[in-house]
Amino acid sequence: MLRVIVRRLLQLVVTLIALSALIFIWLRNLPGGPIEALLGERATPERRALLTKALGYDQPILVQYAKFMQRVLTGNFGNSIRTGDPVTEVIGRAFPATIELALAAMIIAVGLGVPLGYLAARHRGRLLDNLSIAGTLLGISIPIFFLGYLLKDVFTQNIHWFPPSGRLSTGVDNTNVTGFFVLDGLLTREFDATADALWHLILPAFTLATIPLAVIVRITRASVLDVLNEDYVRTAEAKGLRHKTIRGRHILRNALLPVVTTIGLQTGALLSGAVLTEKVYNWGGLGTLITDSISGGRDYPVLQTLILLAALVFVVVNLLVDLSYAFIDPRVRVR
Amino acid sequence: MSDPITRPGVGAQRDSVDPAAVEEKPEGVTPSAISRLGERKKARLDALAQASADKGGVSLVRDAFRRLRRNPVAIFGAVIVGLFVLVAIFAPLLAPHDPAQRFDELTKNLTVDNIPGASSDFPLGSDPLGRDFLSRMIYGSRQTLFVGVVATLIGLGLGVLIGALAGAFGGWIDNILMRLTDVMLALPALLLAISLVAMASRSSQWTVIFAVAIVNVPIFARLLRGSMLAQRESDHVLAARALGVKQGSIVLRHMLPNAMTAVIVQATLTLSTAILEAASLSFLGLGDPDINRAEWGLMLGVDGQRYFEVRPELAYYPAVAIIVVALGFTLLGEGMREAIDPKNRR
Repeated sequence: MLRVIVRRLLQLVVTLIALSALIFIWLRNLPGGPIEALLGERATPERRALLTKALGYDQPILVQYAKFMQRVLTGNFGNSIRTGDPVTEVIGRAFPATIELALAAMIIAVGLGVPLGYLAARHRGRLLDNLSIAGTLLGISIPIFFLGYLLKDVFTQNIHWFPPSGRLSTGVDNTNVTGFFVLDGLLTREFDATADALWHLILPAFTLATIPLAVIVRITRASVLDVLNEDYVRTAEAKGLRHKTIRGRHILRNALLPVVTTIGLQTGALLSGAVLTEKVYNWGGLGTLITDSISGGRDYPVLQTLILLAALVFVVVNLLVDLSYAFIDPRVRVR
Repeated sequence: MSDPITRPGVGAQRDSVDPAAVEEKPEGVTPSAISRLGERKKARLDALAQASADKGGVSLVRDAFRRLRRNPVAIFGAVIVGLFVLVAIFAPLLAPHDPAQRFDELTKNLTVDNIPGASSDFPLGSDPLGRDFLSRMIYGSRQTLFVGVVATLIGLGLGVLIGALAGAFGGWIDNILMRLTDVMLALPALLLAISLVAMASRSSQWTVIFAVAIVNVPIFARLLRGSMLAQRESDHVLAARALGVKQGSIVLRHMLPNAMTAVIVQATLTLSTAILEAASLSFLGLGDPDINRAEWGLMLGVDGQRYFEVRPELAYYPAVAIIVVALGFTLLGEGMREAIDPKNRR
């Protein structure tokens, strides 16, 4: 087991180093070069030469890459071109918003998806099953930003159940502790702020949950169907075990393995979806940051850091998911 | 049902059995890809019979194709895709107007808050520039098909190249190529596409197509490599090797064709995601900047977004078109996947 972990960690490090090298090459080959990206097209040659020297662009490429890596490892990612603030600060402000949204979406996707997939499998071929299959197919075929606008239109314009955008109503007093607004409210006992944050969270979270939900329903359903055909389930039924015991110990325990993998892979869908969802609801997280750093004149320092961060999150989550097998499935541990 | 088992060796038996399996479905339940309990059981039994009859049997592809034809959901998907392609081909005949022409009748009263709706001449009304929306929708099928197909083909081509090299040679080539796909897979799809588009100095239709294509390269590569590796140990490849067939010939004529089925299924599914991804890029303002180009993703992502509150139809029509087409490719792809699934074949 330990050897597997070490191997996977090494692979992860190699992947990230390769990615950082690619990003470095990308930055060096920006349209007009990195200097132009920083100074704009009309800078004087003197200023360019000055900045080139100051940033070390006149040094050999390997030296530059080493320095770049040194800065990355010490957490210095430069300053945003747009605002001039340190990149770490800009991203740090937006990070909790996205994590909060993604977690809420994941809770919805797993919380609804696993029971629904299980029920669909148990009622195979019946109305519930067919409805859920149709629903999942629709879910993966609908552009989620369109779904976002649709939900927003229905629930904020036609019936005023939810607020149309943002994370908090104006006027709600919120003490910023962690940046996770729901959590902050609980920590500071400002429960009205928590309620307000949750109220803002529901629509975006459901929008973002669409694709993971559809995928989790499908995987759970298929996986439960496989397990239902197993001999040990029939044996358990023949032994006269209680329905609840069979469901928990025999069916779900075995059927959920592929579902766990899927949850890891869906982190990617969440990160991608967050970019779209956040734009629809003006959420102000990493997704909004990505969109802004592209459309408002490309803010390369922010963009490259965001890309590295997204890759890091995605890869680490998937590693954790793989490792969690050992705890769920004893067979993996033995190997 | 026991017929094929008691009388193995009769290949044609499958046809006489399976229509019954389809009819066996309980009434009142809509046929669905996965509600075919009876048929699956039969397919398995048939497969058992088939296994012993295989000597003079049907080729796997033909067998799969036959199963595909009996799957109503896959047929439904194929019909959608077929209609979509027909509309794209015959767009000039179907469209009442030139999609790029701005009409005086439409531009006359056109403001940001007032976009003319349906009239007898313009059944779907106007777009924000005073052009016939119906014609743009019809021509849109062409561009949408173009973006989807070209992006998928580029992704498929590069992915197959990488996957075939890795699967055929193994060793360090395999190792390097797979680490490369690891790097590409380390970024979620849309984020990879975004960073690729951001790399280009100017966005165009081709930056979108390439970004969407590159996202799919590692998926195709891994898939093909996997089935190539499985092929390497298979009996027919070992037999070819024993007969002294040249390595290149084994790879190209024995391994690759057999390994391609899974890739082709994936390509069908990719057509749907490619169209959706292109729409997402347009929505983020990273799409095709050509305002004359009628493409559904572009129409939905740009005008549909901007005028959603004024005239939501500008979003509804392209959105529904995209959903239906994406659904069509997905249903067809899943039907194909089910048809070649070894569980159903065995």
